[in-house]
Amino acid sequence: MTALIGAYTQGCMLALFALGIYITFRIFNFPDITGEGSYVFGGAITAVLIVGMQFTLWDPATPLGSVVNMLLVNLINPTLKFWGNPFLATLAGFLAGMAAGFCTGVLHIKFRINSLISGILVMTALYSINLDTMGKSNISLLENPTLISAAQHAVLGQPKLDAGGNTIKDLSTVRIIGWDVQKSELVSLAAIFLLVTLLTSLTYWFFRTNIGTAMRATGDNDQMIRALGVNTGNMIIFGTALSNGFIGLSGSLFVQHSGYADVQMGLGMVVSGLASVIVGEALVGTRSLGLTLMGAMMGSILYRLVVSLVLSLGMPPNDLKLVSAVFVFAALVLPGFIAKWRRTRPAVRAGQPVAV
Amino acid sequence: MLKVSHVHKTFNPHTPNEVRALQGVNLDLGPGKFLIVLGGNGSGKSTMLNAVAGSFFVDEGTISIDGNDVTRWREDERAKLIGRVFQNPFSGTAPNMSIAENVALAALRGQPRGFGSALNRSMREEIRARVRGLNMGLEDRLENMIGSLSGGQRQALTLLMATWVKPKLLLLDEHTAALDPKTADKVIHLTENVISQGKLTALMVTHSMQQAVNLGDRIIMMHKGNIVRDFQGAEKKRLRVEDLLEQFEDIRRMEQLDESASEMLQENYI
Repeated sequence: MTALIGAYTQGCMLALFALGIYITFRIFNFPDITGEGSYVFGGAITAVLIVGMQFTLWDPATPLGSVVNMLLVNLINPTLKFWGNPFLATLAGFLAGMAAGFCTGVLHIKFRINSLISGILVMTALYSINLDTMGKSNISLLENPTLISAAQHAVLGQPKLDAGGNTIKDLSTVRIIGWDVQKSELVSLAAIFLLVTLLTSLTYWFFRTNIGTAMRATGDNDQMIRALGVNTGNMIIFGTALSNGFIGLSGSLFVQHSGYADVQMGLGMVVSGLASVIVGEALVGTRSLGLTLMGAMMGSILYRLVVSLVLSLGMPPNDLKLVSAVFVFAALVLPGFIAKWRRTRPAVRAGQPVAV
Repeated sequence: MLKVSHVHKTFNPHTPNEVRALQGVNLDLGPGKFLIVLGGNGSGKSTMLNAVAGSFFVDEGTISIDGNDVTRWREDERAKLIGRVFQNPFSGTAPNMSIAENVALAALRGQPRGFGSALNRSMREEIRARVRGLNMGLEDRLENMIGSLSGGQRQALTLLMATWVKPKLLLLDEHTAALDPKTADKVIHLTENVISQGKLTALMVTHSMQQAVNLGDRIIMMHKGNIVRDFQGAEKKRLRVEDLLEQFEDIRRMEQLDESASEMLQENYI
């Protein structure tokens, strides 16, 4: 059961990633793979702020390093205490993702670089930036307060301390349909679920405002919306920023839930997000905006459940990305095949002569 | 209202595919006038319309609309002044959004868009009322995706959208060319009503001589990136389809003469 709760929680966090993917891939028809980097970036920024590490980008003893440190680090470091609050650290993860997406959008629109290449460039640059941010390839949050622990304390009360001053983990359980579930696990699931639901609702509201409908129209028919006075370039930049903001937030939540940040954790996430969106579309269709947004969320949770099921049945975790890729391939190709099959079948069934 | 001066545009300059689409076009269109632009394929009539709309920047010359020099304005900036209907019915509407949403987008043409709800109650009511005015029964299908509509319905809606906010200039780019004759008649009728009721300044590119004769107060004919004929006032009113065809034949003969003349010169002097 704990594994199941874990899968739900993972699914909810993936839903934020899928929301980002939905915005770029579906609303703007913009194949943006910045997410592989901005996911880590959001997580890394959050982790570093929560741990309270001091930034040292380059060795300050070197000529270039002294300049970089003077410009960037000395501005950032004094504010670390302020941003160390878990809420602000999470917000910083969101903003970090937005900054990454903004860069991708600018590369594509202002410098007219192919959308896929723009994403690859930013993603590659982010790999270094993520290492710079964390100073090493992974960091642990240790016992520092996170959004998740804040939620747990709010619901379950402050944790008790042992003689040495360390917190004792609350392992109390509650029975749900015959299973013992740790309360703390349940609270973190509820907290993340609420946050994701709130953000999905906000997105739904946003895409029905004047500016939101203009964004949707930009992806649907850019010629038309330009003729109606909308700067489509700015819309796309705003869209990639928003999308990667959600992705950065997803990474930030993942880091706070799992307790560590790793520079590799974004690998294959875009395919997972895309798979979630596709599963969601298969579940609820694409008839209305609200349905598709809800579908993306349901799809992510279902995707994670299936993944944990397949893993528990004995598939080696190393093959997970291969299977995800094959799944997305099938999901992209099958609808076409099915449509073709449906077109040809009835003619044969009705006994009509086959065209020669 | 619209003033086009010495406008030049060359596509793919300095390549084998070089096309001199506009070669010093001059045009002055007064307010409330309805101009018909005729011309053969590649005569530059659509290019001129696109140059006015801002689809590209011109190489030389200036364009001004309602006293504003818009030569360096982007397409979306010019949309403050211009309403537009495209030749392709698919171009003027967003297929995966509802009729109501499409019209609501047009209701804010050229205005800043904020975080207000796109479809509030009063907007819905107004959309329903105005769509009912099209007499196409679309007012009961406002939540349907535009993609499910026919070409004629889409063009009628695009026309409604282009004129929802009264434009300083209405651009119609062969907007009935992709429709069947009956639907085309309907859309033309609608166009005429919209323009006369709103006293709009309009520029319509067309292939149809019949439309050219029946509509508008002025006809220009374009050829090789230039305006070669201009009929206004009483002269335009007298014009019949046969006269137009004759003019076309004239232009064609002139061109042949030009070519044979240049051949003769080449043979004699080179």
